[in-house]
Amino acid sequence: LPPVPAVLKKRLVKLVVNFLFYFRTDEAEPIGALLLEHCKITKEEENVFSISFIEEPERKYCFECATEEQCQEWVEALRRASYEFLRRSLIFYRNEIQKMTGKDPLEQYGISEEARFQLGAPRQ
Amino acid sequence: MKLNERSVAHYATSDSPADHAGFLRKRVERHHHHAHHHGTSYQRRWFVLKGNLLFYFEERESREPLGLVVLEGCTVELCEAAEEFAFAIRFDDAGARAYVLVADGQAAMEAWVKALSRASFDYMRLVVRELEKQLEEVCKSLAACRKSPQRSSSSSSSGRKRHLSNPALQPLQEKPTTLENGYFTWSSGDCVAIGATCIDHDGGETKPPPLPPRRRLATGSPTGFPAPGLSPALLESPVSLETICFSKLHNWYGQEIAVLRREWQERQKRGHP
Repeated sequence: LPPVPAVLKKRLVKLVVNFLFYFRTDEAEPIGALLLEHCKITKEEENVFSISFIEEPERKYCFECATEEQCQEWVEALRRASYEFLRRSLIFYRNEIQKMTGKDPLEQYGISEEARFQLGAPRQ
Repeated sequence: MKLNERSVAHYATSDSPADHAGFLRKRVERHHHHAHHHGTSYQRRWFVLKGNLLFYFEERESREPLGLVVLEGCTVELCEAAEEFAFAIRFDDAGARAYVLVADGQAAMEAWVKALSRASFDYMRLVVRELEKQLEEVCKSLAACRKSPQRSSSSSSSGRKRHLSNPALQPLQEKPTTLENGYFTWSSGDCVAIGATCIDHDGGETKPPPLPPRRRLATGSPTGFPAPGLSPALLESPVSLETICFSKLHNWYGQEIAVLRREWQERQKRGHP
């Protein structure tokens, strides 16, 4: 999957948890990584998407995919890649289940009091 | 290896709430080939845990982290250090350095170990998928109650088909059986260790295990760690190539500090002929 910065460079890109690693295609070790927190994924022109970060919104990391379909897949995957997105999903599901069943689904795992799973209340 | 440093530093120091924070003493890792090996020393650092990332700063007010530990493919264990209240973050990748940390007291140590054990992205994803499934089941059973008593076979089997065809879900179709000591026992027989406390489906007493056990690869490799360059199927496991990537990240920061230290030492030497 070739990404393109200002100059077209073919790279192998791998999404691992909330990091996007990129490799020169023939190497085992990555040459770089992007942490995908506090970032925005934007669909640009055909086959192209970009990643920008909250503190520097005008700086875009652009990626060109082989097909538009691939591009959409990447946009979807990257938008759900951050830890914070996952946390929000958890809180959402927890809330919904609680509303529908009256029970906190995390209780059975003994983790309902964990700071990281709290419903909307400010942590720390 | 390059990293989007500024964004990382921004995330580390931003207002977004931390999952845990506090001072810890971090053991300084020395290379064994140094002639004068004075024994272990520790540096007090300000640690901030956000999601699956453990940042450490020189001071609480520092604007940039000194380093970052990505908490994937690791275990957090008490360790046999001369120091009391010491624990270690160790990685399944044998080549990756371990982090030995010392807390101020028993309570602080326990809080850190607990917080770090549940910090991985994989763990969060596991819990989310479980809740997703539960919500689906709740919705289905509610819908079934509202409909007429007859349930079409398609509605119950289509749910399962969705599980099977959705590659994003783990290859688990049945509910996990008893979780003991933090292990899920999948129907396929593979074991995945998570940091959650154990549950007893029979409604018995639930007791958290003292520490989450060492994570085992889903593939059950006999060597315990697959070498890089194996088939893509193994890359789905939470360790292996990913851990290589993350240990590169750790080394990257470690090197930065090593370089700075060498430069400082050079300057010191020149200053004292």
